[in-house]
Amino acid sequence: MATVVMTSLDSKSRAASRGLSDIKIRNLFIIPTILFLIVFNIFPLIYSLGYSFTDFRASTNAPATFVGLQNYRELLNDPFIWANFAITAKYVIVSVTGQVVVGFGTAMLLNREIPFKGLITTLLLLPMMLSMAVVGLFWKLLYDPSFGIINYALGLGSFEWLANPDMALYAVAITDIWMWSPFVMLLSLAGLSAVPRHLYEAAAIDRAGPFYTFFRITLPLVAPILMIAIIFRTMEAFKTFDLAYILTSQPTTEVISIRLYKMAFQEWQTGRSCALAYIVLIMVLAITNIYVKYLNRVKER
Amino acid sequence: MRKTVAGLMAGIGFMFACATSAQSQELTIFWAEWDPANYLQELVNEYEAETGVKITVETTPWADFQTKAFTEFNAKGSAYDMVVGDSQWIGAASEAGHYVDLTEFFNKHKLNDVMAPATVKYYSEYPANSGKYWSIPAEGDAVGWSYRKDWFEDPKEMEAFKAKYGYDLAPPKDWKQLRDIAEFFHRPDQKRYGIAIYTDNSYDGLVMGVENAIFSFGGELGDYSTYKVDGIINSEKNVKALETYRELYGFTPPGWAKSFFVENNQAITENLAAMSMNYFAFFPALVNEASNPNAKVTGFFANPAGPEGHQYAALGGQGISIVSYSENKEEAMKFLEWFIKDETQKRWAELGGYTASAKVLESEEFQNATPYNKAFYETMFKVKDFWATPEYAELLIQMNQRIYPYVTAGQGTAKEALDALAKDWNATFKKYGRQ
Repeated sequence: MATVVMTSLDSKSRAASRGLSDIKIRNLFIIPTILFLIVFNIFPLIYSLGYSFTDFRASTNAPATFVGLQNYRELLNDPFIWANFAITAKYVIVSVTGQVVVGFGTAMLLNREIPFKGLITTLLLLPMMLSMAVVGLFWKLLYDPSFGIINYALGLGSFEWLANPDMALYAVAITDIWMWSPFVMLLSLAGLSAVPRHLYEAAAIDRAGPFYTFFRITLPLVAPILMIAIIFRTMEAFKTFDLAYILTSQPTTEVISIRLYKMAFQEWQTGRSCALAYIVLIMVLAITNIYVKYLNRVKER
Repeated sequence: MRKTVAGLMAGIGFMFACATSAQSQELTIFWAEWDPANYLQELVNEYEAETGVKITVETTPWADFQTKAFTEFNAKGSAYDMVVGDSQWIGAASEAGHYVDLTEFFNKHKLNDVMAPATVKYYSEYPANSGKYWSIPAEGDAVGWSYRKDWFEDPKEMEAFKAKYGYDLAPPKDWKQLRDIAEFFHRPDQKRYGIAIYTDNSYDGLVMGVENAIFSFGGELGDYSTYKVDGIINSEKNVKALETYRELYGFTPPGWAKSFFVENNQAITENLAAMSMNYFAFFPALVNEASNPNAKVTGFFANPAGPEGHQYAALGGQGISIVSYSENKEEAMKFLEWFIKDETQKRWAELGGYTASAKVLESEEFQNATPYNKAFYETMFKVKDFWATPEYAELLIQMNQRIYPYVTAGQGTAKEALDALAKDWNATFKKYGRQ
């Protein structure tokens, strides 16, 4: 039945008069995309898997020799790499939690009748539309201990946001929260406006308190869409590069993608960096899978 | 109809002919984005006026200069005909065949005698003492210091300094005086700080800064011919030098943990620090009143001597090489013949470039041309450089990883940092079969 539906091309249409069938049109659209994906995604992915078992360096003409699992073994035994992973994990937790709290909170505030609601929502979305590099550069100025407006506004004197090794990662996370909370807000707002009004009315009749209403009605109904926002933000935060790279060069903010970049394009250890990229890929896949499992459970409820 | 087609074909043919002839008359030089690149553009404009060959100096910020150049090399791209590459690239670029061998050109023009010896040794020759040359010294450079003459010559300050330290306040002659003066002028409550040093760990900034201390304290990074590092990089002298550098960090302006040449010049222009470390290449901006409101009261001195009287400075600067994948190698060679002429080198110095030509450097005219040229001339005969082996980038990153937390955050001790570094370097050299 499905195939019948798919191949029914209106016999009077211009496409049909030119002798094009449904299948032909489908191929015309899909084949270039698939070719593109194979050439630019699948092929490099498989090719780099091969490189990850060699000592290949793109900067020399020396042929690549097979070294088996040596790259993986050495990387997983390198304390600096583990430190990079720990930093990345800390960054993901701080940044995504911050975005969810701020984004969801703003969405709750906006989910009522207020004047200029459309305008306010649009303005709040602006940070997300800026380029990462530009955001990094101007937050660097905002954080400056000598003339930055943040220290001036908060009366912190010459507090060193970016030069202080303990603070720098939080400073980067704050910038990320500022930039991406609107994304969480937007998705939450869509979820919130879909909650049926009559549920709140029923809760009000039963004299449910605001906390009870929030945890028993609002949160469960928004949870699936909020989970999607969290999945996206976690994946992005895990891969973060630009903000941390531009804002500071503290070893305490060297997230895994910065280490990977240095290994691949400054040291030109191509084989080893392929192995590291695969380790990162496997981790992201694992984390995403856990989320998706959880998301399905939430949906079933 | 046939006529139109014929006309069209002729037009297309003409277009191609123009395009190819224009191409052979154009050369591209790749360099980092800084003032000397602008001076070089001015110089090559004169070459164009003379010969009709148009040369463009293409630039990119320092932070990704290395990455961009090597990405192009590795792809065997012909976008750049020549590159003014960093001295430490020479091992990697020559071993991989990215640079054209210039030994014949070098010997034919006796450049060994024409250019200052240190520049030939570090910018052109690889491996060390092999007699093989890969580039022509183009921009000589080293680290020097600028200072605030008005602060130093203030009678009240001079009196207070003498009372506290027992000797006259003047540009420091050794690292002990450098430390004392930095401490003396460090007054955070007045928003005035003692000293500006390099701390940026994204490329070679911090390492260059620390090298100034290490070399002047009589230390070395290792034995460049045997790759031995044990007891050299972690020697007593180097530990002392690193401790002194860490101490100086305490007298820098707030947030000085990612600073390189831009910030260090700002330290002088924005009245932040009494003394500032920087490459000579950035000093023209400091004597220019348009870019430095304190131009009239800015002085310069060479890197001071260490406790045992050794006086060295970290080498910067670059040589110009021809890229193997260029389609205009002959045209590029002709340009180099013009570039090494005495009059060109003299003009290069006049425009603000730091010539490596010994004849120009030794001339009275050059040494008196600016307040810092004499210090530059003296420094260029006592410079030392980082490893130039193909795996230098790994060595650089390892050094940054080990010393940055100690210098900027006081984590661990200097001895621990350097011992760990010796271990890292040994492992790297072992991996590449150098030892």
